[in-house]
Amino acid sequence: MYVAVKGGERAIENAHAWLAEERRGDTSVAELSLAQIREQLSLAVNRVMAEGSLYDPDLAALAIKQARGDLIEAIFLIRAYRTTLPRFGASRAVDTGAMACDRRISATFKDAPGGQVLGPTFDYTHRLLDFKLAAEGEVPPAPQAAPRGEPTPHITEFLGQEGLIQPEPESEAAPRDLTREPLEFPADRALRLQSLARGDEGFVLGMAYSTQRGYARNHAFVGELRIGRVAVEMDIPELGFAIEIGEVELTECETVNQFKGSKTEPPQFTRGYGLVFGQSERKAISMALVDRALRWQELGEDFLGAAAQDEEFVLSHCDNIQATGFLEHIKLPHYVDFQSELELVRKLRREAEERIAHREAAE
Amino acid sequence: MAEDRDSAKTARQGWMGLLARAPEAALLELWRAADERPAYDWLRPPETGGVMVRGRAGGTGAAFNLGEMTVTRCSLALTDGTVGHAYVQGRSRAKAEAAALIDALMQTGAADRIRALVLEPLAEALAGRAEARAARAAATRVEFFTLVRGED
Repeated sequence: MYVAVKGGERAIENAHAWLAEERRGDTSVAELSLAQIREQLSLAVNRVMAEGSLYDPDLAALAIKQARGDLIEAIFLIRAYRTTLPRFGASRAVDTGAMACDRRISATFKDAPGGQVLGPTFDYTHRLLDFKLAAEGEVPPAPQAAPRGEPTPHITEFLGQEGLIQPEPESEAAPRDLTREPLEFPADRALRLQSLARGDEGFVLGMAYSTQRGYARNHAFVGELRIGRVAVEMDIPELGFAIEIGEVELTECETVNQFKGSKTEPPQFTRGYGLVFGQSERKAISMALVDRALRWQELGEDFLGAAAQDEEFVLSHCDNIQATGFLEHIKLPHYVDFQSELELVRKLRREAEERIAHREAAE
Repeated sequence: MAEDRDSAKTARQGWMGLLARAPEAALLELWRAADERPAYDWLRPPETGGVMVRGRAGGTGAAFNLGEMTVTRCSLALTDGTVGHAYVQGRSRAKAEAAALIDALMQTGAADRIRALVLEPLAEALAGRAEARAARAAATRVEFFTLVRGED
């Protein structure tokens, strides 16, 4: 029997009212402002911008507040908002070589021009809880030194000058955009990089870690990791020239990978690339490792059956909004679906019991 | 002549870029203090949208789509017909309006006044912020020194 029902409006309304109250928490505690979230939880803001695929720190802070700190829910809010924006166009490709670096390190060249600049890093901290932060207090200003004027060149340039690293052919071709057309396989590298850049940090980290543990091992060195701000330029048709339309903070990771050569390529170093909105170096390094693993075909390597080499597997599952949308929908009412399953199981049970009764009667 | 147009273009690119990057509060404060209220008509009222930011594979290779950023744009014409455009980062209509008015005024006799009262202090403030970060970064630069040489 099929019975259509409707209802629950009042329950839903009341649930949302309670959600709002719970979101606010104890009213004797001061309410969080968006500026506090943006300034003091900036790495959460960065993650929401990167995976929400929209650079706007104030919006990300609002999403985090609305989502009660559930970052995937906040990313969901940003993705939904993003779809309401008219697309004005695409920027010119940003010049990360001209980045104003807060941080720039290389694990491969100690004396790289531009030096090893640590920036505001968690590295070398002892990971001990700092109970001083539990109390309010002034932070002493960070030490300053005379800034260097000269640019900070990409480390891979030095290997490139010797021809020891696979070159990165420049192209001005408009890349495919997975927000404008459905993702189809095989995906080219541009599509893979777009997908990984907005992919779930945890998923991409897990995939990258699997390559380190031996699944499609490609032995990566962090050739360079840099964090800083770059200008974004766009050609404006009504002006007839390009202008800067803003500035974004980015994390870029270039890995240098051991490569013994293949049927098509000479022995040389190869590259993996990670580029992420905001300060997100775990994500950028992970992205670079997975990018490199996914390049097995173009480098003439063997498919070793590893998940990180399988672009269909990686790209179809790295988007946490797609994943959580499908995963969480199973908690919504499936009364009719389930009723038909229930009928089916009852019918099968009945038939099985009848068969047994038959057999017993025959014996 | 072509050179003239080029250098004019470069100056306009300079102020438009500065206005695009400027924090809303800093820009509006300077703009209000400048107390210029020219009459104008909208050619395109402020509209917020997204621009797809592109990167390059390996930093130098083929372009790919990294993600979008919010941008607000508008265009207006002063009563003398001078047209001002704005494409500014973020979602502020007030910032876009001020930027378009400044762009228009910079093409008129008010240019020197606007440059002195708005653009120069704004550029100085942004340069100061960048300098402060660069100075902190410089202080975290590693100085290596050799403890023992493994020779002999």
